[in-house]
Amino acid sequence: MALLEVDRLRIEFPTRRGVLVAVDDISFSIDQGEVLGVVGESGAGKSITGAAIIGLLEPPGQIAHGTIRLQGQQINGLPNEAMRRIRGAKIGVIFQDPLTSLNPLYTIGRQLVQTITTHTDLTTSQARDRAIDLLNEVGIPAAKRRIDSYPHEFSGGMRQRVVIALALCAKPGLIIADEPTTALDVSIQAQIISLLRRLCQEHRTAIMLITHDMGVIAETADRVAVMYAGRIAEIGPLRDVVKNPKHPYTVGLMDSIPVIEEENDELAHIKGAMPGLQEIPLGCSFNPRCPDAFDQCRRERPDLMPTGNPNQVAACWKYDGTTNND
Amino acid sequence: MVLYVLKRVLQAAGVMLFVAFISFVLFNYVGDPVNNMVGQEATIEDREALRERLGLNDPVVVQFSRFVAHALEGHFGISYRLQRPVKDLIAERLPATLELVFSSAILALALGIPLGIYTGLHRDTWLSRLILSSSLAGVSLPTFVIGILLIYVFSVSLNLLPSYGRGEVVQITGSWSTGFLTVSGWKAIILPSITLCLYQLTLILRIVRAEMMEVLLTDYIKFARARGLTDRAINFGHALKNTLVPVITVTGLQIGSLIAFSIITETVFQWPGMGFLFIQAVHFADVPIMAAYMVLVALFFVIINLIVDLLYFVVDPRLRIERTVTIG
Repeated sequence: MALLEVDRLRIEFPTRRGVLVAVDDISFSIDQGEVLGVVGESGAGKSITGAAIIGLLEPPGQIAHGTIRLQGQQINGLPNEAMRRIRGAKIGVIFQDPLTSLNPLYTIGRQLVQTITTHTDLTTSQARDRAIDLLNEVGIPAAKRRIDSYPHEFSGGMRQRVVIALALCAKPGLIIADEPTTALDVSIQAQIISLLRRLCQEHRTAIMLITHDMGVIAETADRVAVMYAGRIAEIGPLRDVVKNPKHPYTVGLMDSIPVIEEENDELAHIKGAMPGLQEIPLGCSFNPRCPDAFDQCRRERPDLMPTGNPNQVAACWKYDGTTNND
Repeated sequence: MVLYVLKRVLQAAGVMLFVAFISFVLFNYVGDPVNNMVGQEATIEDREALRERLGLNDPVVVQFSRFVAHALEGHFGISYRLQRPVKDLIAERLPATLELVFSSAILALALGIPLGIYTGLHRDTWLSRLILSSSLAGVSLPTFVIGILLIYVFSVSLNLLPSYGRGEVVQITGSWSTGFLTVSGWKAIILPSITLCLYQLTLILRIVRAEMMEVLLTDYIKFARARGLTDRAINFGHALKNTLVPVITVTGLQIGSLIAFSIITETVFQWPGMGFLFIQAVHFADVPIMAAYMVLVALFFVIINLIVDLLYFVVDPRLRIERTVTIG
C-alpha cells in the first residue's frame, strides 16, 4: 500500500467571476521512502496540491472532489483538530524561504522544543535534548550552544537546516518540500538537497519535492510528476521521464534545458505561455502550444494513459490505443 | 546596550532643556512678571528694585540657567492667583491625575488587546463587526460629549455614580492622596476613566487587529501551522508577540497624551487633578503654573518614550544584536 494516495483531486477557487479550477482531477501516489519530484511552471498547481494535502488551503480555495489518503486513511475533510495532529507529526513541511519561515522573536531551541512537545509525550528537557540531536543531525555546528540563538543569527543555509530539523521533529513519514532550495545560493542548494536526501534515506521518509528546477529533481527524485495548468501531464521514473519523455510538454521542457557543450545562438524554449486559470482551452490544456496537436486534442481532454513503458503514463492522445500512430 | 541607554538619556535631557527654554520664554515674555506682582501705585523705582531683586536685569543666559537650576529642584515660583508655591500645588494635584491616567491606561489595554485579537482572528463574525463599528463611535465622539453622556445616564438618570470630584481620599506619605482606598473613591473614578480611555481603547484595538491580520499572513505563522502547533500557541504566542512592538509604541505615546487629554476629562468631571489646575491657570494667566505644567507633561512624555525604547529590546532580540555589533 502506498504511503500517500491522491485520487482524482480537484481544487477550486470560487470567485465572483466564476469558479477557477486550480487543480483538475489529479491522481498520484508516493511510496514509503520514495522521493517524488513535482515539476512545473509557476501557477501549474504544484504548491496548491501540497497545501491541500496538509489541509492548509488558503480560503476560498477548497477541495471540490477527490480523496487524499495517508496510510490508507482518508485525511481530506478531517476536522481541524484531527488534521492538526497529522501536520508535523505524520507530514512535515519545508517552505521556500528559510529567512521568513522562522519566528524572529523566539530562539530556534524554543521553536523546536515547542514543536516536539506538541507531538510527543517528551518533557521539556527531553525535548531539548532531542532538539540538540536534531540540530546535530542536520549539520548545525556547536548545536548545544547554537540552540539558544535567534533565527537572525544564522545564515540562510543554516536557517534552512533548522527548518528541516523542525520538519523532522516528530519523525513524519512524509515531507512536503515546497521549493526548498529556490531561495538559496547554488552552492548551498546542493548541500541542502544532499542533506534532505540523506536524512530521508536514513529515516525511510518519503518526500514530495515541489520545484520548478529540473536540476534539483534530477539529483533527488525517484519518480517525477510533470504538472501543467493544474493537471499532471506525465508521471514516471526519473530516468525515463528525463531520457525518454512521452508528453510533448515534457519533451519541450527537457529540450529547453541548456547544454553547455552545444553552441546555440538561441536557447530552446516552448512557444507561448501556460494559460491562466480563466482561459484553459477545451481539450488538452497544452494543445495551443503543442507541435503534435491534432483534432481530438482540441476537443477532448486526455487522461493519463499507458505509454508502452509500464511505469510511465502521460496525458496525451498520442498514446491512446485507438488513435496510436506509432 | 549601556551606550544606547546613555544616548537616549542624553537625548531626553536635550528635549527637556528645549522645553524648559520655551517655558522660560513664556515666563518672562508673556506679559511683564513685575506688573503681575506689584500694585497699581508702585513707583518706577520700586519696579526697578523688584526687577533687580528678581534678577530680571541679568543677561538672558544667566536667567535661563537660574530657571533651569530652580526647575531641577522643582521650584517654579509662586502662583499669581493662589499665592502658594507652584511646587506644592502640583504635588497636591499630581496623584489625582496619575491615578486617573493609570486606571484609563489599564482599562484601555485590558480591553483593547483582547478585543483587537478577537476581531483580528474572527474577521467576519457579527460580533467583530459590532465591536468595530462601536469602536468607531469611540474615536469620533469628542471626549466631553462622552463624559456628559455618561454623567447624564449614570449620575443623573440612574443615580449610581457621582458626577464630579474624587470621592473620599486617604493621605499616604506626605502629599500623596489616593482614592483607591475608599468605596466612594472607586465609584468616583469609574466614569472619568471610562471617558478618558475610550479613544485610546479604540486605537489599541485597531492597531492590535491590523497587526494581527498582517502577522497571521506571514510565512512563519504558516510554517507554525504546518508544524501542527495548536491554534492557541500560534495566535497568542507566535502571532501576538510579533504584534507587540507597534502596540508598545502606540501605547507609550498614548499614555503621554492621556495625561494631556485629561485636561478635558478633568474639567468635565471637576476632577481635582493637574489638568483642572492648568485650565484654571489659563483663565487667570497664571504663568508659573502653566510653565510648570508644560515642563512636567514634557517630562512624562520623555520618560515614557525612554521606557518604550527599552521595552523594544526586551521584545525584539534582533535589536539587541544590531546594537552590540555596532558598539563592539
